[in-house]
Amino acid sequence: MTSTGEAVQFWVLAVIAVGGALGMLLMRKAVHSALCLAATMIALAICYLAQGAVFLGVVQIVVYTGAIMMLFLFVVMLVGVTSEDSLKEQLKGQRVAAVLCGLGFGVLLIAGIAHAKLGHFPGLAEANAEGNVQGLARLIFTKYVWAFEVTGALLITAAVGAMVLTHREHVTAPSTQRELAAQRIRENKQVPPLPAPGVYARHNAVDIAGLLPDGTIAEDSVMNTLRERGQMRDVSQDMLRRMAELENSTAEWLGRPSSERPALPSQPRPELEPVPNHQKTTDDAAKRQEEGE
Amino acid sequence: MNPVNYLYLAALLFTIGASGVLIRRNAIVLFMCVELMLNASNLALVTFSRLHDNLDGQILAFFTMVVAAAEVVVGLAIIVSIFRTRHSASVDDSNLMKL
Repeated sequence: MTSTGEAVQFWVLAVIAVGGALGMLLMRKAVHSALCLAATMIALAICYLAQGAVFLGVVQIVVYTGAIMMLFLFVVMLVGVTSEDSLKEQLKGQRVAAVLCGLGFGVLLIAGIAHAKLGHFPGLAEANAEGNVQGLARLIFTKYVWAFEVTGALLITAAVGAMVLTHREHVTAPSTQRELAAQRIRENKQVPPLPAPGVYARHNAVDIAGLLPDGTIAEDSVMNTLRERGQMRDVSQDMLRRMAELENSTAEWLGRPSSERPALPSQPRPELEPVPNHQKTTDDAAKRQEEGE
Repeated sequence: MNPVNYLYLAALLFTIGASGVLIRRNAIVLFMCVELMLNASNLALVTFSRLHDNLDGQILAFFTMVVAAAEVVVGLAIIVSIFRTRHSASVDDSNLMKL
């Protein structure tokens, strides 16, 4: 049996750990899942410390929450923070089946532990007599020295593997700016530079598409990455919307019927009328003059 | 309190991790679930080490951590290279070998 203090600590940590694990399972965004998992790992580290595994407790914090979770966060940022899990099921009934499987598995595991014949608990007093780190070092460099050496080979392989997997070989030399310009002219596609993002009077953020003369957005003024992630903001209707709101509130204040304009039609604008010829306008002016007299 | 409670906690966390692998579709979250399972088994190993008064369990947990670190490095590299070619981190989208 353990002390009351450890019991209290255990129950607090168990709640945090299970809560973090469930949060990781249920959060839709990968970043939130990663943060929940980090909370669980820290709770587990304190569990290790409480059980006399001092070295492992510190390694858990340094390696797991410090290195591995940061690696996870890096990759989450690379892949896109806003990426959410789709809720669409690819296989019918898979989620229900998975939950049932999990429940059954958990019941089996816990029943197995409950039926195990566990006698008295000596604690780590004897094994930790000369200090936890010293005891671990003695074992690692005597009994488990072979496994330790193989671990070194494994780590080297993992590092090389990661480099090979993420490295991209340039088969040809990258084209220079001059070559790219020549190619653009040759293909006659987008010969001038791409339009710049932002609406100069109000917004200059890179995720806001510039507006074309007719008020629609210029899609290619926003960089590819943002466009692919769907992070392009369209402010072309913002001013009109704000103006309508202002008009509405004014009308309400004055007690007049609202003079709200119908929403802007989405179809392309009609062709501009041809400029009336010079002869006709002078005739009109002459006629007006006569009428005036 | 009985130290066996730590084993129950480990079993619970392992179960949550295993269900997560079955339920979630995002490759990164899938990896996090695997990490949770590894952590749960580490907790069980540390508890066993305490129940038997020797440090072999802790050594095993230590090696598990090293292997987990190596696994994460390679796994995340694979996810990044898949994301580069397929523009998606969802495991449902990697179906080129489907008949």
